[in-house]
Order: sequence, then C-alpha cells, then structure tokens
Amino acid sequence: MIAPRAAAPPPEQQQQQQATAQAKVSVRELNFFYGTAQALFNISLDISERLVMAFIGPSGCGKSTFLRTLNRMNDTIPGTRATGEVLIDGEDIYAPGLNVVNLRRRVGMVFQKSNPFPKSIFDNVAYGLRINRLTTNKTELQDRVRQALEDAAIWSEVKDRLKASALGLSGGQQQRLCIARALAVRPEVLLMDEPASALDPIATQKIEELIVELKKQYTIVIVTHNMQQAARVSDVTAFFWLGKLIEVNATEKMFTNPNEKLTEDYITGRFG
Amino acid sequence: MPTTHARRYATNAVMTTLTAACAFFAVAVLVLILGYIAYRGLGAISFQFLIETPKPVGEGGGIGNAILGTLILLAMACVVGMPFGIATGIYLAEYGAGRFASLVRFLTDTLTGIPSILVGVFVYTIIVLPMKQFSAMAGGVALAMIMIPIVARTTEEMIRLVPASLREGALALGAPQWRVTTGVVLPAAASGIVTGAMLAVARVSGETAPLLFTAFGSRFFNVYLDQPMASLTVQIYNYAISPYDEWHAQAWAATLILMTLILVINITVRFFTRGKI
Repeated sequence: MIAPRAAAPPPEQQQQQQATAQAKVSVRELNFFYGTAQALFNISLDISERLVMAFIGPSGCGKSTFLRTLNRMNDTIPGTRATGEVLIDGEDIYAPGLNVVNLRRRVGMVFQKSNPFPKSIFDNVAYGLRINRLTTNKTELQDRVRQALEDAAIWSEVKDRLKASALGLSGGQQQRLCIARALAVRPEVLLMDEPASALDPIATQKIEELIVELKKQYTIVIVTHNMQQAARVSDVTAFFWLGKLIEVNATEKMFTNPNEKLTEDYITGRFG
Repeated sequence: MPTTHARRYATNAVMTTLTAACAFFAVAVLVLILGYIAYRGLGAISFQFLIETPKPVGEGGGIGNAILGTLILLAMACVVGMPFGIATGIYLAEYGAGRFASLVRFLTDTLTGIPSILVGVFVYTIIVLPMKQFSAMAGGVALAMIMIPIVARTTEEMIRLVPASLREGALALGAPQWRVTTGVVLPAAASGIVTGAMLAVARVSGETAPLLFTAFGSRFFNVYLDQPMASLTVQIYNYAISPYDEWHAQAWAATLILMTLILVINITVRFFTRGKI
C-alpha cells in the first residue's frame, strides 16, 4: 500500500510521512469488546486517501465490527468498549469530548441492508443536508440532491419521481439511494458494509462501477464476503481472522502471492 | 408414505375449519350486537332527537347536549392524554433502559388494568371535592387517565417495531438522537401510533363509570368546562335504568349514535392521516 513518491525522503521521515501525511485514517492498537467478549485484538492499520480498501475474512472475524469503530457506530450498542486510537487526519476520534455527530458527518456509512427512510426519494437524500444545516437555500438543496443522485448513478431512474416514496424502489435502487444519501453530505470517508450482498449480479455490477468512480473523490472502506468483488474494486485488501488483522497488502499481491499462509488458505478456499 | 400425507391433509382440514369457525363466531357476535342495536335504535332517531335536550317522559326530547358533551369530553381527554401517553411511549422505547423505565412500564401495565370506576373515584377526590362541584374538566381528566397507559404502551410497541437499521442510517448521517426520534422513528411508527390512539379513544368513549363521579351529566347544553356536562354514556345509563318504555327506546337510539360517532371519528382520523404516514 505504498504509493509511488516523487522524491524519496530518508527512511525515518518516510515512515513518519506515511503515518501522518498520507494516511487518512490511522488505527493504532485498537481493541474492541462486546461486554467481556473481545472482538478485535490489537489492530493497527493505515487507510490511504482516495483509495479503496477492502476487508475480507470469514463470518464473525470482526470486519464489520472494525468498520463500525471508524465512525463510532458501535456506540449505539450498549456495553461495548474500545481501547487504542483511531486517528482521522491525525485527530483521535475516541478522545473524550469529541463530537460524535460531527464525526459521523465526516465518515459516511452504507449498510448491508438498504435502509431508506419511509420518506420521499428527495427527502431521503436531503435528510443529511437538512439536519446538518449544510444548506438553507432551496435551489442549492435541490442541486446537491441532484448531484448526489447523479454521483450514485441513480438520477436517470428517479428524476421523474423524486416525490414518490423511496420504499417503492427496487432493492438495487434502494441501495444506490442510500449511497446517494451518504454522498449528499460530502463525507471524507465512506464506509460500506457489504453493500451488494443482497443484490442481484446486475445491481452488484452497478454498485461496483460506482465504487471505482467514487474513489476519485472519497476514501472508501468496503467490507465484503465476495473475494472476486474485493479483487475487482479495491486497491488494498486487509484480511481479518478471529478478530485479528492477519495481513494488509496491495490487492493484486494479496490475491496472487500473499505473505501469510493463512491468507492464502482463506483465499484459495481451504477454510472459511 | 401416503398414510402420513393423508393425516397431514386431514389435520390441515380440521384446523382450518376450526379457526374459520372461531373467526365466524367472533364476528357473528359483533354483527348480532350491532344489528340488534340498529333494530332497536333506528326507530327513535329523528332530526329533533339529535339536536334537542332531554325532556320529561312523554314529551320527546333528544340527546343533542349529550352528543356535544361526549365530543367535548373526548377532545379534552385527547388533549390531556395523548401528549402524556405518546411522550411516555417514546421515553420507554427510545431512552428508557434501567430500573426507572422498568418501574414506569410496570406501573403503566397496572394502570391499564385498574377498573375505570376507581379512576372516577380518584378524580372525584382530587378535583370534584376541592372544586365542590362536578365538572366537565374532571370528566376529561378521568378519561385521559384511562387513555394514557393504553397510548403509552401501544406507542412503545410501535416504536420498537421500527427497525434498528433506520436509526443507524440516520445516526450515520450525523443526526443527533432527538432528530432521529422526531424525524425518522416517529414518522415510521406514526400509523401504528394513530391506531393505538384510536383504540384508546374508542375505549374511553364507552366509559360510563368514571363520568358518573366527575362530569356527572346535565339536562342542558353546556360548553363550560367547570360545569357538569352531559355525555352519551351517562345518558344511556340513566335512561336504561328508568321504568319508561320511551326512555328505553331513546337509550337504544343513543347507543346507536354513540357507536356511529366512534366509527365516524375513526374514519375521519384515518382519512386525514392517510396520505401523510
């Protein structure tokens, strides 16, 4: 996951730079507990800007839990606890006094099961803009909703029925609407928790094309069970196993010649 | 194994017939009651009957003041009861974890089971006695007290049915908790909450006992909340225990009107909330 650099600084400085300047999200020795059960063990990981990072691993390995620590979504589950640091642009999001509401605006999320609000298509996308008072101008609001729907590649399908209920859309459309909703507030990082797992191949392909398109503007982290999908859309892949981070590597290397035996066994289908 | 299959089909047929029969009897009883009330009540209904005040036996008279009184009492019960009930339900479902919430939940359940006459006596003690007079206000409060636990528990149940994924979706967009509740959860639960509220209205509109001690009844048109007020149920009760055939007929007619009123309220509320939720 080391991007080519113009001029090579000395090694120490290089390391320093990688940790602070280049990594959008930097996780240091993160442990996570559901009550007394530990779900994540000592995870350290850097996520670079404008790249797609995929998390793979068997069910229950902690990839979704880890994803949800990045916008503190786990806070909503009673009895959970995290130790260690998660830095976004160098700022620890677990620091006391941090504004979680603000954090979640910066770190958007798309869920496994599409969850449109029981409102109109327009109001779904406008929701984040309205609650965060990102715009009070009606024309600007309409423009940003349209932009988000275009970015999520669903505008042409819904432009004539923006006032219709979002619940009338198909599953694939609902998921793209949820992506549009997340994009509307212009997050810096977009977390996607198996965004295509409930969709048919055509809808899945649309979402994947969308991810490749979106990485030009956003830092994207995607959890997936589908290894072909990870190979298709991601630049960097991280393999989780039993709550531990086993290996992080460039996706191409990961799927052809991984460093760890465990990764190879999983990818070649020997377990999981 | 054909024998197993034959048995399965037989069991299926028997159980389907049984459940259908039970459903039929349940509905049949309701239809019989409605039909009998319509049969006995329709004869005494006229325009005069709907707008006049009660008169002595043999002079006709009507239930206009009682219809108005019931509407005012129900409106008052809603104004007092709904906010408390819905707010309690929201608290229990969204914010209430821990011992205080369990206590509130337990007390609400207990309150639902309290005989309504006790509510009447209670309100008589805390409002009627200090004011030294029966009043519509006391009646409205008594009905509201019966309403609150029903509304609270149905609201809680309906809010709990809203999938957690919707809340997470809103939270993930940077919505503070209270905006999640008001902007996403409540609208999603609204139709269920309205149904619960309507059930509560239907339930209290049939109450007689708590009104006997509070609103008491009146022979005149009254819109003042500190005065005794007529209501359909109390009127029906008074006429039904009287020895006169004419009043008996009027009691049947008033019953029919009361039922129609509940139906009309129900349909109206559903009509006006249909598009929005």
